[in-house]
Amino acid sequence: MKLTLKVWRQKSANDKGKIETYPIDNISEHMSFLEMMDVLNEQLITEGKIPVSFDHDCREGICGMCSMHINGEPHGPDRGVATCQLHMRKFKDGDTIYIEPFRAKGFPIIKDLVVDRSAFDRIQHAGGFVSVNTSGNTQDANALPIPKADADTAFDSATCIGCGACVAACKNASAMLFVSAKVSQFSLLPQGKVEAKRRVLHMVEQMDKEGFGNCTNTGACEVECPKGISLENIARMNREYLKASVSSSK
Amino acid sequence: MSKSGPLSSSIARKMAMALSAFFLMFFLLQHLTINMTSVIDGDTFNDLSQFMGTNFLVQYILQPVLLLGVVFHFVIGFVLELKNRSARDVRYVKYKGAASATWMSRNMILTGLVILAFMGLHFYDFWIPELKTKFIDGDWSGMVAGEEGYRYLTELKHKFENPVRVGIYVVSFILLGLHLAHGFNSAFQSMGANNKYTKGLKKFGIAFSVLIPLGFIFIALFHHFNH
Ligand code: HEM
Ligand code: SF4
Ligand code: FES
Repeated sequence: MKLTLKVWRQKSANDKGKIETYPIDNISEHMSFLEMMDVLNEQLITEGKIPVSFDHDCREGICGMCSMHINGEPHGPDRGVATCQLHMRKFKDGDTIYIEPFRAKGFPIIKDLVVDRSAFDRIQHAGGFVSVNTSGNTQDANALPIPKADADTAFDSATCIGCGACVAACKNASAMLFVSAKVSQFSLLPQGKVEAKRRVLHMVEQMDKEGFGNCTNTGACEVECPKGISLENIARMNREYLKASVSSSK
Repeated sequence: MSKSGPLSSSIARKMAMALSAFFLMFFLLQHLTINMTSVIDGDTFNDLSQFMGTNFLVQYILQPVLLLGVVFHFVIGFVLELKNRSARDVRYVKYKGAASATWMSRNMILTGLVILAFMGLHFYDFWIPELKTKFIDGDWSGMVAGEEGYRYLTELKHKFENPVRVGIYVVSFILLGLHLAHGFNSAFQSMGANNKYTKGLKKFGIAFSVLIPLGFIFIALFHHFNH
């Protein structure tokens, strides 16, 4: 395949940045998108130019590092996959492909396509955990009976890989889908109930502080999420938030 | 609510939006019901109009609450829009919004602004003249000298003679329909209701967003062609 790539290049956080055009040839449809990017970078290095910086790690859809906005959609045109699992067979010979970083005030650009998603870490630190006394005589997790349906729903929420595609897709750059998945994965389980109130209040407070937008319920996040995290999580978080707000003594 | 004031969090703002919207949707239903009587039975319409226009509870409690509700809704609407815009300070070169979300959900501010402009016209047409008659001229009789019965139906028919006004009404109600096509279910989702009833409620929401505006459009056209 022969393609025209329009790639966002930005030297540093303070650089203005712009789209650069790179023609590329001999791309196999069996390549993954990131392999195609590797080919581009080899080409740039051969030409004595600076290769494009982009995030990636596992390349099998589990770490949440890859983060490109491809032809106007996070993780590209395919559904239920991260950029690393996107294949070139989704494109046609002669296509022009726009490749941009995830854009949000909460995700400042570090270089080219690499953005700083540590806002998500700070939201997690604000309450996305269960405090356990690890003194050596911890109770066996299986000693607590948990309804299968609850366990399954919690597990579905826990599959969120924290990639940030929900923020990137949202017209408001809202992080509600991510935060609601992280609230839900605990709030559905007995171990998570103890700290449920302060968890949801603190995580939402941190989310707002990071400068993410409000939710308009457009559902773009759910469509673009590589893990199929659903809007039910957002409704659950809103319920939890309302409950915690009216009953919290703080 | 949490630490600093009830509207300081994004979720609280959305819930305020949803609650004011529920109130406005209920109001629309009530408004349509009364207006519908104007095509069914003119006397009923006149009687209801006189009641709504002179009843103490309606005039001095419900009407101010409605006005506050509308202002509250669009002011928070503007606040949300501004905050949401600033949450993406640098725009994408290519952004395919239509790939993942409906036009209605992405353009609530646009449809909302059209409704707001329409309300300006609507106030000019009906509300301000009503205020003038009642509070400036001090005439609470609902009648016009030399004419039989209440004046409301005659005034209504007179307003809808002008095809331009009827056209504006029709277009505005179509945009209200688009606002509600997303808004109805969005309000439930904002309040945390997403459950086994959601599928059915979505269908009901679409029916609501089609039928309510269609009712108002029908009334405007009916009086335009029957005067
Ligand atoms: C009779 C009049 C109106 C009705 C029945 C109505 C109804 C609704 C409903 C049901 C929602 C969804 C609430 C939610 O998502 O929680 C909504 C949202 C919205 N409305 Fe209205 N509305 C009306 C007038 C207006 C006006 C005059 C504006 C002026 C700008 C406006 C602007 C908005 C905006 C911007 C949103 C989306 C807020 C967001 O989620 O980001 N609406 N409306
Ligand atoms: S909710 Fe989905 S899109 Fe958002 S961070 Fe988690 S996996 Fe990524
Ligand atoms: S590189 Fe790990 S999810 Fe894509």
